[in-house]
Amino acid sequence: MSGPDVAIVGIGIHPFGRHARSGREQAVVATRAALADAGITFADAQFAFGGSHSAGDADALVSELGLTGLPFVNVYNGCATGGSALTMADRTIRSGAYDLGLAIGFDKHPRGAFNTDPAEVGLGAWYGETGLMLTTQFFALKIQRYQQEHGISAGTLARVAAKAFRNGSLNPNAWRRDPLTEEQILGSAMISHPLTQYMFCSPGEGAVALVLCRADLAHRYADQPVYLRAATLCSRRFGSFEVFSPWLAIDRADSPSVEAATLAFEQAGLEPADVDVAQVQDTESGAEVMHMAETGLCKHGEQEALIQSGATEIGGSLPINTDGGCLANGEPIGASGLRQVYENVLQLRGAAGDRQVPGTPRTAFTHVYGAPGISACTVLTT
Amino acid sequence: MVNAVPVAAGLFTWPSDEPSLIGSRCRTCGTTTFPAQGSCPRCCGEDMEQRELSRRGTLWSYTVQGFQPKEPYAGPEEFVPYGVGYVELPNDVIVESRLTVADPEQLEIGMPMELVIETFRREPDGTDVVTFAFAPSGTGGAS
Repeated sequence: MSGPDVAIVGIGIHPFGRHARSGREQAVVATRAALADAGITFADAQFAFGGSHSAGDADALVSELGLTGLPFVNVYNGCATGGSALTMADRTIRSGAYDLGLAIGFDKHPRGAFNTDPAEVGLGAWYGETGLMLTTQFFALKIQRYQQEHGISAGTLARVAAKAFRNGSLNPNAWRRDPLTEEQILGSAMISHPLTQYMFCSPGEGAVALVLCRADLAHRYADQPVYLRAATLCSRRFGSFEVFSPWLAIDRADSPSVEAATLAFEQAGLEPADVDVAQVQDTESGAEVMHMAETGLCKHGEQEALIQSGATEIGGSLPINTDGGCLANGEPIGASGLRQVYENVLQLRGAAGDRQVPGTPRTAFTHVYGAPGISACTVLTT
Repeated sequence: MVNAVPVAAGLFTWPSDEPSLIGSRCRTCGTTTFPAQGSCPRCCGEDMEQRELSRRGTLWSYTVQGFQPKEPYAGPEEFVPYGVGYVELPNDVIVESRLTVADPEQLEIGMPMELVIETFRREPDGTDVVTFAFAPSGTGGAS
């Protein structure tokens, strides 16, 4: 393993949920918090990558943060917007072009958002008219088959959601902070069989900003720098099963999550077994279950025993979604990928408060996934 | 279904006593797509031919739409839950479709399915808008 090239030396968040503030205002709050955490001002930032899906252009934030002339690139990459911004910031520092910069993700979606126009993704109007243009259906269809192939019970899907809300209750920045029992989750409205209402995340709001710098400069800005060992981004290949697919190939291929995770561990020179804490995309309960295996954190089918035994709880052997994930934080598309990294930095600093993973975690992993089949992963170490 | 118009042209053969979905096949690598398209997502080739797909297959996965979708959904005013699934057409392609059955207890991965054309909504002038769906075999589908 080579030495680290990039460090995260500042983190900032605007609480997730629903707020009177605009998405841009939330991004400004998060960015100022990240700059303060690194002990710098916006004038020190040499570059920025940022984006939102529905809350405006990130580069317009300079009218609030300061017109310093820095190159500020807008990222518009669906659910991987935050992950893409971070990946590009990582590459920018590794390339030697700049030493210190920002990755910013924010969003603001109304209740019931994400009703996409088929034409935007190249599909005929019939697909939407006849009621097939729903992301909820995709997740249900994917976990339904996965449950049969790999022996995942409905009780395990409920247990994942119960864990999310329990962890969310320990996170002051989470949206859903009331724990729910597995019975309440299983008994809530059936949205798309086998997934019930409380197994799904909701469109929401929030913002996260990160300050990144060259690893050898990290101690100028942080007592406890966290090193970004890998940041990867992959789109889908032929044969993967993705949202809004009127057809699938008979010859199945791995999802982009498999490829992005494999690349991330290779780049970091680490193994999934080295991971002490992980945040994986949990658009709904089944996604967390499937992504555990797609990212290599366990084998397909092992999730049933791992989750039922409590291994993925904060005090377990493989803590997952310690901040409550998308289920408890909601899904502001542009922000979620960076929320995961924010949480892992807190955990590696030992600063996660009531939800701190015990035993000094040293290696952390994130995975964000979304339409139309993109995945971004990171590996962080102390 | 005298006054019946398809929800979109080119999706399935209509009118027809034995309607089929219309897909396309890549002359270079043999990949089948549905609906038909002009290029191949597997080999990037542009030599595609239209073809009618098998009317029978097996259920690959399923769910039930439990709430009325927002736009662009344009179903009947009174919402009735409907099944959605992927049906594997043997050695060819897996197609996504509405299902005639909306009770998960009556659906099982691997069960034989067959294509039907069903009324999806009725226009104010009495015209039926029809679309394709798959039904468990022997329940009124392809004969």
